[in-house]
Amino acid sequence: MTTPTRTHVTGGIGTSVRRPDGVPKVTGNFAYASDLHSKDMLWGATLRSPHAHARLVSLDIGPALAMTGVRAVLTQDDVPGLPLFGQEEQDQPVLCDGTARYWGEPVAIVAADDEETAQRAAASIVAEWEPLAPLDNPERAADDGSTFREMKIRRGDQNAVGTVVVEGVYETASQDQAPLGTEAGFAIPDGSGGLDLYVTSQWVHVDHRQIIACLDMEPDQIRCHPAGIGGAFGAREDISLHIHVAMLSLATGLPVKMEYDRSESFVGHVKRHPSKMWYRHEADADGNLVKVTARLLLDGGAYAHTSRAVLANAAFFTVGPYRCDNVSVDAQAVRTNNPPCGAMRGFGAVQACFGYESQMDRLAEALGVDPLDLRRQNAMRGGDPLATSGQVIDAPLPTIEVIDALESIPLPEPLASDDPRLLPGGTGLTTPASKVVRGVGYAVGLKNVAFSEGFDDYAEARVVLTPAGVEVHTAAMEVGQGLVTVCQQIARTVLGIENVAVVWDDTSHIGSAGSTSASRQTQMTGGAVHAASVGLRDRILEEHGGDELRNDGVYREGKRVATIDEICGGGPVENLVRFRHPETFPPDKNGQGDVHAGFVVAAHRAVVDVDPELGLVRVVRVDTAQDVGKALNPQAITGQLEGGIMQGVGLAVMEELIVDHGVIRNPTFTDYLIPTFVDAPAVESRIIEAPDPWGPFGAKGIGESPTISSTPAVVAAIRAATGKALTRAPVRPQDIVGI
Amino acid sequence: MEFVAAHDLDEALAAKAEQPDAELLAGGTDLMVEVNLVHHRPEQVVSLRRIAELGDVSPRRIGAGVTWSRLEHGDHRGLAEAARTVGSPQIRAAGTIGGNVGTASPAGDGLPWIAAADAAIEVQSKARGPRVVPWRDFFVGVKRTSLEPDEIITAVIVPEDVPEAQEFAKVGARNAMVISTVSCLVMRGDDGFRIALGSVAPTPIRAAAAEEMLNAESTITEAALDEVARIVSEEVRPITDHRSTEAYRRHAAGVLARRLVERSLR
Amino acid sequence: MNVTITVNGEPRTADVVASESLLNVLRDDLDLPGTKDACEQGECGSCTVILDGEAVCSCLVMAADAEGSEVTTVEGMGEPGHLHPVQEAMLAEGAVQCGFCTPGFVVAGAHLLETNPHPSELEIREALSGNICRCTGYGAILRAFETLSEEGT
Repeated sequence: MTTPTRTHVTGGIGTSVRRPDGVPKVTGNFAYASDLHSKDMLWGATLRSPHAHARLVSLDIGPALAMTGVRAVLTQDDVPGLPLFGQEEQDQPVLCDGTARYWGEPVAIVAADDEETAQRAAASIVAEWEPLAPLDNPERAADDGSTFREMKIRRGDQNAVGTVVVEGVYETASQDQAPLGTEAGFAIPDGSGGLDLYVTSQWVHVDHRQIIACLDMEPDQIRCHPAGIGGAFGAREDISLHIHVAMLSLATGLPVKMEYDRSESFVGHVKRHPSKMWYRHEADADGNLVKVTARLLLDGGAYAHTSRAVLANAAFFTVGPYRCDNVSVDAQAVRTNNPPCGAMRGFGAVQACFGYESQMDRLAEALGVDPLDLRRQNAMRGGDPLATSGQVIDAPLPTIEVIDALESIPLPEPLASDDPRLLPGGTGLTTPASKVVRGVGYAVGLKNVAFSEGFDDYAEARVVLTPAGVEVHTAAMEVGQGLVTVCQQIARTVLGIENVAVVWDDTSHIGSAGSTSASRQTQMTGGAVHAASVGLRDRILEEHGGDELRNDGVYREGKRVATIDEICGGGPVENLVRFRHPETFPPDKNGQGDVHAGFVVAAHRAVVDVDPELGLVRVVRVDTAQDVGKALNPQAITGQLEGGIMQGVGLAVMEELIVDHGVIRNPTFTDYLIPTFVDAPAVESRIIEAPDPWGPFGAKGIGESPTISSTPAVVAAIRAATGKALTRAPVRPQDIVGI
Repeated sequence: MEFVAAHDLDEALAAKAEQPDAELLAGGTDLMVEVNLVHHRPEQVVSLRRIAELGDVSPRRIGAGVTWSRLEHGDHRGLAEAARTVGSPQIRAAGTIGGNVGTASPAGDGLPWIAAADAAIEVQSKARGPRVVPWRDFFVGVKRTSLEPDEIITAVIVPEDVPEAQEFAKVGARNAMVISTVSCLVMRGDDGFRIALGSVAPTPIRAAAAEEMLNAESTITEAALDEVARIVSEEVRPITDHRSTEAYRRHAAGVLARRLVERSLR
Repeated sequence: MNVTITVNGEPRTADVVASESLLNVLRDDLDLPGTKDACEQGECGSCTVILDGEAVCSCLVMAADAEGSEVTTVEGMGEPGHLHPVQEAMLAEGAVQCGFCTPGFVVAGAHLLETNPHPSELEIREALSGNICRCTGYGAILRAFETLSEEGT
């Protein structure tokens, strides 16, 4: 793609234009799904299992039905169609099928005149349970063969040995996306037996496919509309209340609203897979990786969701951005009675990166070399094969460049203040400056962009020129990341027309854009908008004999030959494109093949101040360098880099869902801690532009990489400060203290 | 729900005399969490927010309605330090010391100071007037106090001999807006050291054995400081829960006590 | 019960469940959905309003207890074409992503600048530590308030 970048269009690519939804958001006028309502609407509520594993002996909905104001009480018997849903594998009952397999599994749903009545009615349902022993130990699940997927990767000489060997066992906890907006949905009957659905989602078309199957409806009877979203980070890639709110609306013939409170949200969406990873790295005496052997175990919880794909990511990125000719990986995602897991920013690559980067530091120590030099020495570049799958990277991969750029960022001055806000423990006044030890740690991470393993991955976009301006139609979800701005910028730049509006179409008006996940929308929907704009522009130029399109018409050699009204003489002119990335393929039985469509590399350096005696940490700064392909909106990129780092810092030092016998012990913001303003490190970032072969203008998807290597960098820094092995994220105070 | 927005103390005491089960509402930072999260529906509420006299504060008497944001800038250094760690700025603007005392959470940030100061809780009822309850008699268990149903907490009474040297510290799992894992308050006065701790027992406690050891020393040596840490770690009675472990709490209690004693000497 | 509250300068009366939160009253009864509901326990700041001069979490204010109070919500801070300086600065610095925390930051931030027109970086961080943002990592929000601090408002 060699589209010239127009210089006379303001708000095109490469500039930090403001978000079109910014003013509504700062004034409180932006409509989130949770803000939707109508006068005659009912409220929905959910009864959930109080057990992680139990047989439902009996269920008496009578007390709920008897309550004034209750309009419907529905159970699994009331599901009109397929009683199961799931994005990859339909294995989760819409409502409890007689056995609860995780704590908080939906059992029955209620619609009532107001929210309180709905909640009271749900609570009044009498469920008799026979508790069963929960399978809560993923290693036992692996032994029992309770798996969603097992993967084997064998590449190179399985008998190869190195002279320097380091081994380690690493664990990462379950992390919650904790988007600030909880799950919310609004269903409106259309009077003809169908529904319009507004639900917080990352992919309305995949929701739609599951919803119509469960409701036994024709595709055009249910229309899923993109609704305003308060953050996502993976939490909304799978179904939550979608089918429930639709069932209640169909049953009552009235609009129904459902909204989870924070505690229900914690059980109402899938989480990051907790992991345990056994690693063995072997190198020759010069530090060249000879062999990597690993076993990865991810706990997928009770139902499949995207566990298969998460596992593949973890497995294929077992070695990270390093060359290694001999690799052996055994990876399993197991089914347990723990909370179901699925997508969260980084999607399997986060767990593996914590393992391989911890190993690279161990190897550097064993070899007595600088950890960054070891990484540079082994760095995978364009043209190299991925260590696991053997796929040759057919694009520039600036691994060394990001490491060099990161290293060029100056380190901060030593701690020279007694202000508690600059010390571990903060205003808790726990720690005098004299007790603080500083540590610096590094990590480099690799992530694929878009869907892999032969998935038919596409995004549809329609670009329409009207006398009033350009409309970009898409069903791609804007979750806060700024896709809306990037779509405008791409269309402006290609078309030469400044006035571009993004219009969200429902599932009946446009094809799928795919998920807003996998760092894919800038490249996929951005790619679709680019291709549609190029096609539209070229067609218009050809029809009018022009060589340039501008705000006010078609020009030839600097003179206008047709106005926009003339172009649109016969009505709006449009171009619909279904954009696909280069084909990928499923791996063979040894995990070999061209599995991925593209790669992004990033590096992080963390500086921490630690109070080793109390085990308290202040993350002083996390600097980063990342390949973005081409910076379409530098300010938005900075926002992704800084925001992703904060989530990585969260997993490094505080974020953990504490699950005990399948029960989440901390499903509130009081106890599931997210970094505050005081905990957020300073960030300096360096952007590297190694153009992608198929991304619009060479842009790459960048959303996940900031979260991937930031966690191991912070933990490495804490190790450097304390000398402790710290093999588990998050690092807890007691881990540092060693008790 | 019956709601009484009391404008003075007499009105509130009358309402409480009439409806001893009525729940008291001041800053709302505890009661409303119950209302929102467990869908608690109080039947009778007496609001104390409008009672001006509960907001009176002097060095010897801190009105129950004084908010944390005011205490942050108050006379008692240790209490001001503790106030700064309560919740968030929004919570500190609403939450009151009386609410902290009434809720009597083991993690109440203001309670170690009350214990170290040997403060008392002034309560009043319409029937029996005011009474002053020493803190040890007031806090009787996890979220349990000796407040009678018809009584209202009106003030924290601060003894005259409260030392000026006061040091507070609180460990939490994040550097702001966090519930304490362990908190500690040390005072150093003419009568020696006082060490109080929070989140390590059902109620705020004093580390009596550590105080006794310290107060028997003529000069505080490094060895004595080490001994303080050891004794405090043994004296406390923490539990393991989702916020921390018993072992860590014991350890951190000792470290904080040692550090604060040291800090109080500077 | 009926409560009358002066919201953004205008007396408003609503028939409310007495024990529910001011947040619910604003959102459900007074049609002011700009104030956001994200945790209902005072741990995120999304529902911050100015109540009688103090920035508080409206989820922790009992509706009945708000009777007679003066409340300012994000809707009262500025409007399209006449944005509050905090709103303008947050837009300029890219401090808005999903935007769910934004109303809380606008209200808490405006209150900060009223009480302290030139806050330092550490003062900004501490004063806004009750407002959780899950998207930005706070960097752009910090830059917005540092700009405001330099300019004074």
